[in-house]
Amino acid sequence: MTIKEIAESLEGEIVCSEKFTNRKVEKAFSSDLMSEVLTIDSENLILITGLVNVQTIRTCEMLDIQNIIIVRNKKATPEMLELAEENDIIIIQCPFSMFKASGILYQHGIKPIY
Amino acid sequence: MRFEYDIEAGNFSKAGDASSAFKKVLKQLNVDPQVIKRIVIALYEGEVNIVAHSYGGKIVCDIEPKKVSIVLKDTGPGIPNIEQAMQEGFSTATPAVREMGFGAGMGLCNMNRNANAMNITSSAEDGTRVELIINL
Repeated sequence: MTIKEIAESLEGEIVCSEKFTNRKVEKAFSSDLMSEVLTIDSENLILITGLVNVQTIRTCEMLDIQNIIIVRNKKATPEMLELAEENDIIIIQCPFSMFKASGILYQHGIKPIY
Repeated sequence: MRFEYDIEAGNFSKAGDASSAFKKVLKQLNVDPQVIKRIVIALYEGEVNIVAHSYGGKIVCDIEPKKVSIVLKDTGPGIPNIEQAMQEGFSTATPAVREMGFGAGMGLCNMNRNANAMNITSSAEDGTRVELIINL
């Protein structure tokens, strides 16, 4: 799925790095715990999280994760947006719960990493 | 080549700045992206540990032809039981640290997993010193 398709399916809004909306995503990982995210190793991944602080972006930067969905109708902070933009990381804000967002993407063929 | 970074205790808005800066250096040097990832994951875990658990400290990264050596040194309070701290799931993190998405007791294990060698020494007087070696 492309970022644009993902945003549409989740009734979400792309709030930064909009120029990369054609980027393709194959897999997803859902977690609010960055300690756990730091143990995964995968390409073309999208992170689904409800954690809204700058460490979410830092964690993605270290792992070369370039796509994030923020669930539960939470909003990225200005610091997050600035850092994400610097690193070409896309953020989609979505009104759904983590379970619902994960389920919709799974139905559309996005794969788990394990 | 040596790169040094001062790490402030408790300042989570800056946690990761050193790892991010060092990652940019490694990219400029055309280090293999998979190796960069291992280096910066271990470094970032260590940096977050200094921010979350110490009175502050310093990170020194040396890039040599065949390896990267990283020393993370803080000024205390030290780890009373290193063996226990190395167990996955063991954590002394405060609620504030957990709110930042950390404190699951996975950091030291993940550093060890990503490094080719890791050595920890710690005392209440001298603080904690973690040395990481990652082969290039």
